[in-house]
Amino acid sequence: MKVNRRDFLKASGGLIVSFSLRAQGPLQGSPPLNQLDSWIAIAADGSITAYSGKEELGQGISTAQQQLVAEELSVPFNRVKLVYCDTALTPDQAHTSGSQSHPANFNSDNLGQAGATAREALFRMASQKLGVPVDRLTASNGVISSGSQQVTYGQLVEGRKFSLALDPKAKRKSPSQWTVLGKPIPRPDLPDLVTGRFEFVHNVRLPGMLHGRVVRPPSVGATVAKIDESSVAGMPGLVKVVVKKNFAGVVAEKPWQAIQAAGKLKVTWNPGPPLPDQATFHDSLRKLPARDTFMVDSGDIDAKLSGAATVLKATYLHPYQMHGSMGSSCAVADVQGDRATIYSATQAVWYQKSTSAMILGLKPENIHVIFRRGSGCYGVNGADTVTYDAAILSQAVGKPVRVQLTRKDEMAFENYGPAYVIDQRGALDAQGNIVAWDHESWSPGLGNRPGTNRPGNIITGSLLGFPPADFAPRSPAPPPGAFNNNSNGVPSYFARGTGAVQSGRVLTHAVESRFFTGPLRSPARLQNTFAHESFMDELAARVKADPVEYRLRHLRDARLKEVLSAAAKTANWETRPSPKPGNRRTGIATGRGAASVLYEGDNGYTALVAEIEVNQETGKIVVKRMVAASDVGPISNPDGLRNQVEGGALQGLSRCLGEEVTWDNEKITSVDWRTYHSLPLGFEVPKIDAVLINRTEGEVMGAGETSITLVAAAIGNAIFDATGARIRQIPFTAERIKAALAARA
Amino acid sequence: MAITLKVNGRTHTLDLDPATPLLYALSDDLQLNGPKFGCGLGQCGACTVIVKGQAVRSCVTTVKSVEGSDITTLEGLGTPEKPHPIQQAFVDEQAAQCGFCLNGVIMTAKAFLDKNPKATEAEIQQAMSSVLCRCFTNVRMLRAMRRYAR
Repeated sequence: MKVNRRDFLKASGGLIVSFSLRAQGPLQGSPPLNQLDSWIAIAADGSITAYSGKEELGQGISTAQQQLVAEELSVPFNRVKLVYCDTALTPDQAHTSGSQSHPANFNSDNLGQAGATAREALFRMASQKLGVPVDRLTASNGVISSGSQQVTYGQLVEGRKFSLALDPKAKRKSPSQWTVLGKPIPRPDLPDLVTGRFEFVHNVRLPGMLHGRVVRPPSVGATVAKIDESSVAGMPGLVKVVVKKNFAGVVAEKPWQAIQAAGKLKVTWNPGPPLPDQATFHDSLRKLPARDTFMVDSGDIDAKLSGAATVLKATYLHPYQMHGSMGSSCAVADVQGDRATIYSATQAVWYQKSTSAMILGLKPENIHVIFRRGSGCYGVNGADTVTYDAAILSQAVGKPVRVQLTRKDEMAFENYGPAYVIDQRGALDAQGNIVAWDHESWSPGLGNRPGTNRPGNIITGSLLGFPPADFAPRSPAPPPGAFNNNSNGVPSYFARGTGAVQSGRVLTHAVESRFFTGPLRSPARLQNTFAHESFMDELAARVKADPVEYRLRHLRDARLKEVLSAAAKTANWETRPSPKPGNRRTGIATGRGAASVLYEGDNGYTALVAEIEVNQETGKIVVKRMVAASDVGPISNPDGLRNQVEGGALQGLSRCLGEEVTWDNEKITSVDWRTYHSLPLGFEVPKIDAVLINRTEGEVMGAGETSITLVAAAIGNAIFDATGARIRQIPFTAERIKAALAARA
Repeated sequence: MAITLKVNGRTHTLDLDPATPLLYALSDDLQLNGPKFGCGLGQCGACTVIVKGQAVRSCVTTVKSVEGSDITTLEGLGTPEKPHPIQQAFVDEQAAQCGFCLNGVIMTAKAFLDKNPKATEAEIQQAMSSVLCRCFTNVRMLRAMRRYAR
């Protein structure tokens, strides 16, 4: 059976289609990006199917993409079916990550341009068929009309392909014409989600499916010395013990049997080298061999610092944090002979395909990877690694195998968002203006997303013997290359970015990590912005300037200024320096703090004001209100945007107040929800005002990682406003706050 | 051994180790999608079902201990075509991101609010203090709970 998209269309009634692939012939690969038929198919009955390489992770992008296609084709929302991220069906758009789905598909190419190309093609066909010039035709509800005559899309296409290239000149509808896009259309997946009908990857069930369980090392870097298979001999339902280098696992008929067998399997491990002491960890990063990079260097920073009226210094610390997806990661693989069908919650089905091929020793073209939604994805959680687990175990038994990680295996071996140490130095002139800013950071890394060919970037690939991406120390740093502020390493106030400060230097030191690391929502951008936006507040306080006014004074970018002003206005920001005058040093103190940034230097303007209470006896913080303003270009779905802004703000709060990966001398110790401190659903949730600036001219930007980037800085600034104590280490635990309060002059 | 479970009004007799956590019987043997494995430790709520009006963590409840009891899962409340009012409240408030936590949130909230329809904000917070939503859809979910309680 050769799977092709037409058969798929006939066979599928809806978005979620489970079909097992036992193909004999070659699989159809991903269709080319530059062809209209890769993106849009219109069936003889007029039904429209859109294909996208950007997947729904819960961020609402599938709803917005469905709106986009409906809008460009002038049909109601429900007329469009969206199929995404299937290596045999959909265009290869690499990862769904980095707040890039919205810009990738809603600007001048890809899915949106396909919609416009299709509409214009349909108009040309209708013009020919009806003998009426294109400019006298109108389209509505899938029907093109000349006034007196009508023809449907289905009649025009007659089930054929368009056989056209994407037309970069096809005219897109402008936001002023929108009737579907730009509206708060409810998410179509919710009725299934709230009633248990929705099929997560965790719910994929194939005929004859077995259940696998992995046995991970007990400590970081441990290797297998010996496995005693007789320890599980005769256990009920056990099908096989699977050992490959340092990978160990079991396959059984039922989940509970696999769990028990994995628990009984006697594995002797050689311990890895001891882990660094967590108490002195941040300082230890400064001494490791590093890969040094100048992001910017104006060349005059030392002179400016030595000639300044005032120089301020501060160091900010960020811990390793984890994605901590709520459901531990799961995948289902069916590897039979030289072929594999894989159901995965990966962010990149195409890279899962090429790297699964490496670990299985199969040809990539014989592997079919189908995305199924997993539990909340905030970056490279366990989705890819558990996909390898399922694939290896399935290959060993020649049957479909489902694997779900334990909570501990999820948390002890995921690719953490990295720790950071950030030194800041700021030079002020006699008038209190910033004349130079020096930023130097150290951050540990190991592995990453697997990408096209690095399965060793995540734990399972590593256990199977694949190396992680190379680390090549380099010191001193070469001169800066082309300006790129993708990591937000460069403060907003630099003239090379969005600001006015002429003299600046940003030097980064990448060092080796003992733990796997990778993108975690707002990777590096959050850590850097915490340091920048906290330090900006420290500079403002030093010259007794209002923190918002001081920011505006050093910014140049009009949109960034506007978004900050909008947040301040909605929050009824009182113009005055911090700390708040008249606050007492005991009991409950209230304060407010602000922060703003242009995410990734070009992908979402955002500003946040936080209003908080600090209990100066207990060190406990209650956030009363957060005002989050965003300008991400034309808004595709205001409710979807609001949902992202709210969720980001609260996830940022959880990461700011409690989340920290911990370890002892051999292993990770934050391995469940008692030891890794997430805010629960039930806490005193602040009032959140999402201020949405709908910039209908210009490009669409990303919106998934904006508000989260600012929370820690805004809260830290609010703590300072309330108490005069500056806290420079995340998470802001009660102990750290009490220590900072005790250290007040 | 043969274990008899009454789930969503139907009786099933299954051949299970009596120590099997209820969650596996529901999600594997009965192929229900509602209850989910989140932590296996009773810490996150994803596996919650309602037994005798109480929210129960099915990942740490053996099948033997609930044999013969009426067990309700998310599927037992309503369907996409005919949702239960609490399910409708979550749709009305668009209270989801990835949606993985919804089972635990809705089942815990229902068991609590049905007994405490006039619960204060502090009581609701307390009731939901060991339920997680890692996408942090708290604002909308708490709003959906209040909508249902009205």
